[in-house]
Amino acid sequence: MTKLHVSTTINGEPVEFLCDPGDTMLDALRGPLGLTGSKEGCASGDCGACSITLDDRLVCSCLMLAVEAEGRDLQTIEGMASGDRLHPLQQKFLEMAALQCGICTSGMLVASDALLRKNPKPSEEEVRFWLAGNLCRCTGYDKIVRAVMETADEMREAAQ
Amino acid sequence: MNVISNNKWIGQRTIRPDGADKVTGRAAFAADTNMPGMIWGKVLRSPHPHARIKSIDTSKAEALPGVKAVVSARDIVDFPVDKSVMLGIQDMRWMCRNVMAREKALFPGHPIAAVAATTEAIAAHACELIEVDYEVLPWSIEIDDAIRPDAPILHDFLTFEGKPSNIAGKLEVKKGDIEQGFREAEVVIERSFSTRPVHQGYIEPHACLVSVGADNKTTIWSSSQGQFMVRAMTAYLTGIPQSDIRAIPAEIGGGFGGKTIVYLEPLATLLAKKSGRPVKMVMTREEVMRATGPTSGSKSTVKIGAKKDGTIVAAQGTFWLQAGALPGSPIRGAVGCSFSPYDIPHVLAVGFDVLSNRSKVAAYRAPGAPIGAYAVECVLDELAEALRMDPLELRLKNAAKQGTKAAFGPVFPRIGYIETLEAAKAHPHYTAPLGKWQGRGVASGFWFNAGGESSAQVNITEDGNVVVTTGHPDVGGSRAAIANICAELLGIDYKRVSVLIGDTATIGFSNLTGGSRVLFASAIVVTQSTDKIITTLRERAAKIWEIDPEAVKWENGAAHPASPNAGQFEPLTLAELAAKAPVMGGPIGAGVQLNTEGAEGGFGTHICDVEVDPELGIVRVIRYTAVQDVGRAIHPGYVEGQIQGGVAQGIGWALNEEYIYNKSGKVDNPGFLDYRMPVCSDLPMLDTVMVEVPNPKHPQGVKGVGEVPLVPVMAAVANAIHNALGKRFYSLPMSPPVVLEGMEDPEIRQAAE
Repeated sequence: MTKLHVSTTINGEPVEFLCDPGDTMLDALRGPLGLTGSKEGCASGDCGACSITLDDRLVCSCLMLAVEAEGRDLQTIEGMASGDRLHPLQQKFLEMAALQCGICTSGMLVASDALLRKNPKPSEEEVRFWLAGNLCRCTGYDKIVRAVMETADEMREAAQ
Repeated sequence: MNVISNNKWIGQRTIRPDGADKVTGRAAFAADTNMPGMIWGKVLRSPHPHARIKSIDTSKAEALPGVKAVVSARDIVDFPVDKSVMLGIQDMRWMCRNVMAREKALFPGHPIAAVAATTEAIAAHACELIEVDYEVLPWSIEIDDAIRPDAPILHDFLTFEGKPSNIAGKLEVKKGDIEQGFREAEVVIERSFSTRPVHQGYIEPHACLVSVGADNKTTIWSSSQGQFMVRAMTAYLTGIPQSDIRAIPAEIGGGFGGKTIVYLEPLATLLAKKSGRPVKMVMTREEVMRATGPTSGSKSTVKIGAKKDGTIVAAQGTFWLQAGALPGSPIRGAVGCSFSPYDIPHVLAVGFDVLSNRSKVAAYRAPGAPIGAYAVECVLDELAEALRMDPLELRLKNAAKQGTKAAFGPVFPRIGYIETLEAAKAHPHYTAPLGKWQGRGVASGFWFNAGGESSAQVNITEDGNVVVTTGHPDVGGSRAAIANICAELLGIDYKRVSVLIGDTATIGFSNLTGGSRVLFASAIVVTQSTDKIITTLRERAAKIWEIDPEAVKWENGAAHPASPNAGQFEPLTLAELAAKAPVMGGPIGAGVQLNTEGAEGGFGTHICDVEVDPELGIVRVIRYTAVQDVGRAIHPGYVEGQIQGGVAQGIGWALNEEYIYNKSGKVDNPGFLDYRMPVCSDLPMLDTVMVEVPNPKHPQGVKGVGEVPLVPVMAAVANAIHNALGKRFYSLPMSPPVVLEGMEDPEIRQAAE
């Protein structure tokens, strides 16, 4: 099968890769692009462990074809920290023990970041429904929800 | 003398050593590792629930371009059925038949053959080219079908009461005289219950990468709850000696018991050996759901008798647990744990291990205990109602305490069960008002906990920092707790302690991460190793000062003279002593390997509020408080996390999770959309109360915490639903269709009005 060529932007960097027509974006990220922070838990869009943003929209990269990245702007977990400076959500997840095994954490953080960009002051209910597409089997979500809400508070304060 | 004056790190919510890697995507889970020249393995699985394998023809698959190796049962070491070979609690006779069907395919999804090819697509296509001649056999899925006299027998060589049977085993726990006990009873409640199999539901599918050299030297990267288990099982099943296998534990993306056995590693090893190429295998979610785990479905009958004043005099339980297609359901947990929170003079608990044509069960958080507790704690709720007693009062009146002899054998030392009941009773949650269609339930639970083999190596670096290596995969923060303990003992900042999980070549044997044993056991070997180092540091300071080592104390990260009488010397810090190491006796480090003992059982008591939607049958948990005796919370954040995670899994088990089988004996919901685990919007905040009754047999007072929190949940939810509706449900899950059907009872609406 002939590979297809894709030019795109990932975490602000121009990137080119080759893929099969049937490859998902998650296949491309984890394969030729070597960005294994996005995880495959289901390959059916149910667990959210592969969450990325596509032109600022939260998507499951397992439900997106790799060729659809052509000319678009993608953000993955690998682009969340600035150098050695963690994003406030990343820092808060560590401080509040909002992760256990860590397999859902990349997706949780990407999804939480997407939420706070849209809604800097989410209610608990808004956080819970926004993250309903990201499964976590370890934490019972309690500490994740608290970490997102506390981060939102601190980011708003910092912005003032 | 080691002086720990201010308890600086134990009990602190420190940043976990593996944290930064896990929030940035750097952490390497099993599927994240690749090798040059790597090829892909895929498994051909049985479409039938039960079929004799008459022949397998792999020639077309082998001829497909890109295919590098094909293996089937003839490549796996056979363990004949007439001789048991145990590895821990697993019998290799069943393991060899579980990783690859031998005489028969025993469930849909049972591996028949495996292929390695240059791409995943070619490997999958090659699987389709394998021709298997099956003789399809009658099958059974449910317990009642499997124990009927005319049931299709899975294994002719297994007999029960002299006849071939699907009952693979029986376990009995006894105390007193059960008949005498019920004669003394004034109130007796007897009820029957059923539960469905539920999957551990780890988000990371099983995955491994295996490289085998021409000399058989084998390296395995995989996600498991025990790299030594992976090494031993792979050695058994491939014939490669353990000394030639190096099993490297990848970060594990959830296990909950489900990763305490191997599925892929022996297959990938054989494929790698045959092909001469590194082989990677990753299960799909569908494969995980069809062919791994889950825990047992069950049916049970529990009968409890009490005096009118609430004194329980007799308790009897019969528990039938599904094993799946090969023996080994967790009947020990069901019969051993169910009545253990209570001081009851006459107890009889019997468990049966029942085979049927479904995937072999694997451990799941307190295996067997939640099934038993669900039945027992629901009956206790009815007993309290019949006696007009507060359900926590009934439990308090009968609570096990120091000196109580548990039916499964031991006499309890100082335990914290009563403290959990008292804390629950005093908690504002217990007396908070409830609205319409809302109800409150309570339940308790017990888990044995475990000690066992652990190894640790603690090394001081040349610049005076610390590297700790242990042998247990960290499923939920154990590295953070180990850093706290080591830093505390050495009196240094926890950030100076790195904690790593060694592979099978770099650390001594360490048993599985399971049984709530990891921090209990690791803390002992790390403490003893660190104590040895402190002794060395004191000796070296004594030598420098030319005084007796006994006159040197270790405090706040430095050696000091123990008293003014010892002399006047400037303290020698860890960094200073490390710098002098080359001329003072060499490297500083110590390791300890032990079979740890003294793990004491854990108890919890939960309060659950639910609200029932009468139109849709949806039950929502609206408030939850879990109280648990945790011994000592070394890192409270991850102790709470264990409790909250267990509760969430229990809520899923209670309300939604189940395998749905179709008429052809196949699972119809092998994905996260239809196998409905709790999502974020399903749950409230999960409050925890950590009661700390230190374990006197542990240097820091640690008790296992991971498993207890799942045990009480299903009963707490069921009792809350009863409180909301005045109606009891006796089977799980209490999912919307079930509850809606129950709502047709006209008395319910009247009761709620």
